Amino acid sequence: MDSQIRRLAVGLLVLLVILLFGVNYVQVFAADSIADNPANAYRQFVAESEVDRGRILANDAQTPLAISRETNGEFTYQRRYPRGELYAHLTGYYSLFFGRTELEGSFNEYLSGDAPELLPQTLGDFIQGNPKRGASIVTTLDPDLQELAMDIVGGMRNGGAIVMMEPDTGNVLVSAANPTFDPNALSTQDSEAAEKAITALNDDPAKPLLSRASDELYPPGSVFKIVTAAAALENGYTPSSRIRNPLDLTLPQTTETLENFGGSHCLGGASEITLAQAFQISCNVSFGTLGLELGPRKLGRQAQAFGFCLWNPPGSCLTDTVPFDIPYTAGRYPDTEYFVDNEPLVAFSGIGQADVATNPMSMAMVASAVANDGVLMRPRLVSEVRDPQGRAIERFEPDEAGVAVSPETAQDLTDMMVSVVEPGGTGTAAAISGVSVAGKTGTAQTREGAFPHAWFVSFAPAEDPQVAVAVIVLNGGDLGNEATGGAISAPIAKQMIEAALEGG
Amino acid sequence: MSRVETTEDRWLRGVLPLLSALAIALGAYVLVGLGKKGKFPATLSLYGAIFIVGFAAAFLVIRRYAPKTDPVMFPVAGALAGIGFAVIFRLDGNLAAEQSTWLIVGLLAFCATLIVVRDHRQLDAYTYTIGLIGVALLLLPIVPVIGQTINGARLWVQIGPIGFQPSELGKVFIVVFLASYLSAKRELLRVGTGGWGPLRLPQARHLGPLLLAWGASLMILFVQKDLGASLLYFAIFVVMLWVATGRPAYLVIGVLLFAAGAWLGYLAFSHVETRVDLWLHALDPSMLREGASQLAEGQFAMASGGILGSGLGQGVPYRIPFAVTDFIFAAIGEELGLLGTTAVLLLFVALVGRGLQTALRATDDFGKLLATGLATLVGLQAFVIIGGVTRVIPLTGVTLPFMSYGGSSLVSNFIILALLVRVASGPAPQRGPLRGPRRAGIEEEPPDG
Repeated sequence: MDSQIRRLAVGLLVLLVILLFGVNYVQVFAADSIADNPANAYRQFVAESEVDRGRILANDAQTPLAISRETNGEFTYQRRYPRGELYAHLTGYYSLFFGRTELEGSFNEYLSGDAPELLPQTLGDFIQGNPKRGASIVTTLDPDLQELAMDIVGGMRNGGAIVMMEPDTGNVLVSAANPTFDPNALSTQDSEAAEKAITALNDDPAKPLLSRASDELYPPGSVFKIVTAAAALENGYTPSSRIRNPLDLTLPQTTETLENFGGSHCLGGASEITLAQAFQISCNVSFGTLGLELGPRKLGRQAQAFGFCLWNPPGSCLTDTVPFDIPYTAGRYPDTEYFVDNEPLVAFSGIGQADVATNPMSMAMVASAVANDGVLMRPRLVSEVRDPQGRAIERFEPDEAGVAVSPETAQDLTDMMVSVVEPGGTGTAAAISGVSVAGKTGTAQTREGAFPHAWFVSFAPAEDPQVAVAVIVLNGGDLGNEATGGAISAPIAKQMIEAALEGG
Repeated sequence: MSRVETTEDRWLRGVLPLLSALAIALGAYVLVGLGKKGKFPATLSLYGAIFIVGFAAAFLVIRRYAPKTDPVMFPVAGALAGIGFAVIFRLDGNLAAEQSTWLIVGLLAFCATLIVVRDHRQLDAYTYTIGLIGVALLLLPIVPVIGQTINGARLWVQIGPIGFQPSELGKVFIVVFLASYLSAKRELLRVGTGGWGPLRLPQARHLGPLLLAWGASLMILFVQKDLGASLLYFAIFVVMLWVATGRPAYLVIGVLLFAAGAWLGYLAFSHVETRVDLWLHALDPSMLREGASQLAEGQFAMASGGILGSGLGQGVPYRIPFAVTDFIFAAIGEELGLLGTTAVLLLFVALVGRGLQTALRATDDFGKLLATGLATLVGLQAFVIIGGVTRVIPLTGVTLPFMSYGGSSLVSNFIILALLVRVASGPAPQRGPLRGPRRAGIEEEPPDG
C-alpha cells in the first residue's frame, strides 16, 4: 500500500502544481486582459478612482481646467472642473459610469499615470504607500480669451462658436461654443444623479454635448470662397483675372439660376469682374462661374489641402483628415461622384453651398494656412505633459500638416482678404485702427424658412499674423433674416482679435 | 525515560506552529478591521478570545489524548480556518458571527472525537453500521418534507430551525467505511477471478458493497444534482480502492466510468451543460452581455488582486456572488493577491502531505487507508473548488475545507482533522488526568538522561 500512497502524494502534488499554474495565469499572466474586460467596469472604476488623476491646465500652466479631489466616498478621488462649462467641450468629462471624452479620453494614459514615462514615479509611490498619481497636461488654451469668447457665444440667441488659433504653431487658443454643458454633473460619483444628467443631455434637442466649434457641421457660404479663390490662384488665375459678370448664372442641365446676395448685379452691372473685386464684394455669380470653370476635382483637391475631407453626403469622410488632440469633425467637400449628372451643384459648391460643410475649427485652419504663407500647421491643444512634481516629461512641438497653397497664392489671398475689411468690402466691421485685418464674410443659407448662419473668418495683423479666428453665429443670432457675416460676426472677430493682440 | 523526553520535545515543537496559526488568524482578522474601517475591529476581544481559548483547548486535548501525534496538522488547519474566518468577517459581519459559533462547535467536535475515539481501530469494528449511517446521511436530503433544494441541488435538510448539509458529515462516514471494508477485503479484491488480463475483476460477492457505494455516489449526481460532491465521492472511492489493492485496473476502470458518468450528466442535465459552457466561455462578451457570471466575477476579482492583492478590506470582493462559500478563494485572491492564494495552496499541501505521511507511518491497514482517504478527501475537495474558481476545471459547488462559511462543512472538516490526528498519534495513553509541563519536566530530572 505504501507505494500507492507515495504515488498518490505525487498525484496530488501534480494537481497542486496545476492549481499554481492556474492562479499564476489568472493573477499574473492574464491578469490585465481579464481585468480589462468591459463586464468588469465596476472594478475598473474603483481602481481608476484610486488614482490621483493629473490636472488639465490652461496655457499659463496654472489655471486649472480639471482637477482631482479626494473624497470620503466609495471612490477615492472625484474629478472636478473648476470652470465647468467654459471648457467642457475641450476637457470633456471623466465619468466613472460613462467613460471619458475629449482630452480626458485622448490623454488618459498620462492623466491616469499609466504612461510608461511615469513608471518610476508610480513604483516610488507604490512602495511608499502613496496613491498613484497621474501626469498633468498643459493645454494651448488661453484662459482670458477662452472666457471672453464663452461670454460672447453665450449671448448668441441660437448658439454659435468661435475658434482662435496661432497660425504659425497651430496652437488652439480658443474653442468656444454655445450651447455647452457642465462636466461636473457627469463626473459626480452619485450614479443616479449622473444617470439623470446624461439622460437630460442626450435628450436635449440642442445637443449640448456636441461642440458647435468642432463637432457639428454647417454650410460655410461665402467664407468657402477663400478655398475657391485659392483653387483658382493655384490653377493659373491671378487676382486680376477677369470673370464673367452676368446678373445671374443660368445653370447647365436645369432651369435653376444662381443669384447674387439680394438679387443684385455685382459691380453695378459691369460685364466682367476681376477675381479680387469679386472676392472683396463676395460676388456669388462670378464665384459660381469660377466653380464651374475649375470643376469639382480641383476644388476638392484644394479643400483637402486646407484640411477638408471628401465625402458623399450623408456619409462620412472618404479621405484622411489632419489629426487633432481631441476628436473633431473636419470640413467636407463633396466627392466628384456627387456631381455626376448634377453639374449645377459645382457652381453652388464654389460659393460654399451644396453639401459643402464645415465648422469654425476647420475654417480657422483655412485662415491659419493662408496666414502662415500657405503652410497648414497641425492644430494642437496640448503643448506639454508634466509629472506630479511639475517637471516636463513630454513636449509636443508644432507640426506641419502640409502645404495648402504656395506662398505667392497665400500673399494674394491675404491681400484680397485685407480688402474685404477695407472700405468697399463686406467685412468693414472687423476693421481695427492701426492693425490690418484680413477677413472674409459668409452668410450661409440653411434650410428653407430658417435664418442664415453668419460667418467671419479672419487673421491679423495681415503682414505678421498672430492669430486666426473663425466665428459663426447660428440662425441669424439677434438679427434674424437680416443677419450677415459682415453685420454680426465681423464685430465679434474684431473684439477677439483686439483682445488677443492686447494680451499678446 | 528517553521516550518521555522525545515526547516533550515534540510538544515544544508543537507550540510554535500553534502560536503561528493564532498569529495568522488574529492578524488577518485585525487587518480586515484596519483595512475596512481604519481601526481595530470592535469584536476583537470576543473573536480573539474564541480563537485563543479554542486553539488552546484543542491543544491541551491533543496533549492529553494524542500526545504523539503530528504537531503540524492542527495548526495548519487552524491557520486555514483563521484566514477563512477573517475573509468571511471582511465580507459579512453577521455571517462571521455565525461562523464563530460554528468554529466553537467544530473545535468541540474535534476535541470530542479525540476523546471518544481513543484508538482509531475502534471504528474498524463497526464497518457496516458506519457505512449505513454514511449512505443514510447522503440520501437524507432526498427524503420529502425535510429535504431542501438550494441553488438547483438537493443537498439540504431542514429540521425545525436548523438547516444542514448531511452529506458533509456523510463523507466522513463513507471514508471510514471504505477504509474499514477495504482493509478487511483487500486481499480478496486483489485477485481477479473473471475478466481478461489486467482487467480481471474479483468475485461479485466482494464487489457488492463497493458497487453500493458507487451507486450512492451516482445517486447523488442524478437525484441531488450535486456535481461537485458526486465527483469527489467517486474519486475518493476509486483512489482508496486502488491504494488498498494496488491494482491500477481500478484506476483505469474508475476513470472510464467517471468519463461515462460525466458524459451522461452532460447529456441528461441542462445545468451540467450550462456549467461546461460557462467554464469554456466565462469571459466571452456573449456570456457577459447580461452581466458578469459568478465565475467571471471571481476571475475579475483574482485578476484585480494581482501579485500583492489590494490588501484586506481594500478590495471589492463583495461583488462576487457566494464569495463566503464556494468563492472564498477568489476573495482571498483579490485582497491577498497571488501571495495569499499561494500561501493557502501551500497550507493545503502541508495538511494533505502530513495526512499522507500519517498514512505511511500508520502500522495497520485500516489506519493507512483511513488517513489516505481523509487526506485525499480534503485535498481533492480543495482541488475541485479552487480548480473551479480558477477555471482549471468546470466549476462545481463544493466548499473549501476549513475556509468556506458553513457549519456542516467546518464541523465535518474538524472531525476529519481529529481522525487524522488520532491515526498519527496512535492509541491515547492510558494515564491519569492531564499533567502540566512542569510535572513532566520533573520526570525528566532523574539522572538516567
